[in-house]
Amino acid sequence: MPASSPDVVTDFDPDQAWRKHPQVALREEAFGALAYHYGNRRLIFLKSPELVVVVRDLENHPSARAALDALIPVDAHGSYERALARLVESEVICGA
Amino acid sequence: MALESPSLTDRFKLGLEAPICLTWELTYACNLACVHCLSSSGRRDPQELSTSEAKALIDEMAELKIFYVNIGGGEPMIRSDFFEIIDHCVDRGVGVKFSTNGTRLDAEKAERLAKSDYVDVQISLDGADAVTNDAVRGEGSYDAAIQAMENLVAANFGQFKISVVMTRHNIPQLDAFEALADHYGAQLRLTRLRPSGRGADTWDELHPTAGQQRELYDWLITRTNVLTGDSFFHLSAFGDALDGLNLCGAGRVVCLIDPVGDVYACPFVIHDEFLAGNVRDPGAFTSVWRDSDLFRSLREPSSAGACASCGSYDACQGGCMAAKFFTGIPLDGPDPECVYGHGETAMAKVAVELRPGPSVDHSARVPVRLGVSS
Repeated sequence: MPASSPDVVTDFDPDQAWRKHPQVALREEAFGALAYHYGNRRLIFLKSPELVVVVRDLENHPSARAALDALIPVDAHGSYERALARLVESEVICGA
Repeated sequence: MALESPSLTDRFKLGLEAPICLTWELTYACNLACVHCLSSSGRRDPQELSTSEAKALIDEMAELKIFYVNIGGGEPMIRSDFFEIIDHCVDRGVGVKFSTNGTRLDAEKAERLAKSDYVDVQISLDGADAVTNDAVRGEGSYDAAIQAMENLVAANFGQFKISVVMTRHNIPQLDAFEALADHYGAQLRLTRLRPSGRGADTWDELHPTAGQQRELYDWLITRTNVLTGDSFFHLSAFGDALDGLNLCGAGRVVCLIDPVGDVYACPFVIHDEFLAGNVRDPGAFTSVWRDSDLFRSLREPSSAGACASCGSYDACQGGCMAAKFFTGIPLDGPDPECVYGHGETAMAKVAVELRPGPSVDHSARVPVRLGVSS
């Protein structure tokens, strides 16, 4: 029954390619989005609409850093990298 | 652009595009007659949603990206189309968590549940022994629940949940419940007794004492693997917040769809005052959730009322709306189980006879009494 979640955690490397986990569904909300993982059944909150755009668009970039370069002002990259690292831990995003 | 935005709790108070925690009661029919039943269940209502209406509702949930639904009743497994309904949920990507008294969960059904992906089962049990449990849930209900758990284990279902409503009589059994859950490889889920449904008649004698509330808080604060459905946020006034959202989610992140399609603000307020609409109305559930006057008003900023001067208001948010309503306390007053005792004072101002009784009752036409087997 409850599927055992695969062993994580790879450290987040912003120079790698990442994408939204295929078992994660997003529901957009004014504050950002709910992310639901159908595998581990965890509900995670993405706390800004811009972060939702980044998560959705990761797969179109050769690296997370490239995605941030394209989508987010440079001075905010640090906080977005930390947010993406947390999303790796919660398996909302995974290596592409 | 800031990632450290206003707290999620503050955002949730304004409401969401769709609920996070949707409870759907499939039927008012029940073969038990628990003395604290939130929905005063017993008899099926002839207006209950048909199979095709139920499936249309599930399709709507899927469109709204409601990722899982909490199914209850009554006893949901009594519906002859129970598996058709939960299979449709799973097919549409709406996960199922359903609560059952276990009486219909035989070996064959356990096998079937074990095969269906994405279904969680909660077995209701309100005592760690038959005497304590059956006084509330009826004679034989303990043995039936245990048999259901044995069936799930034999079918290799995996981890199920044991769901306990905390009362004056079972708070001393917290460790025993934990041991029982460990024995079955189950997860323990504890929820709060509400003075709702038939609970209105039994709450005074069943709700935990002030000392037991402290005992429960101290026990919960050291447990990370015990689920609570965020139901004890009024106890966060004791000190550190318990895990969870710590707010009343009624009409904001939570709602209830009852067996006839009526939409209430939460599972604990099946009462005309908190009826927002019906899924059979034009616009269906989506319109009720987004546009009903009731839900819009619940999303307005609320005043701390009588609790404004209390230093713990941020922790407990004034407690549970349903518990206040059914004990006759104003909705901006203290929770009846306020840890500082303000609820006792507020309740003393309202004669018990003047408390709003349930406006919907599907109880079987025999008296339901505490500790009397039917």
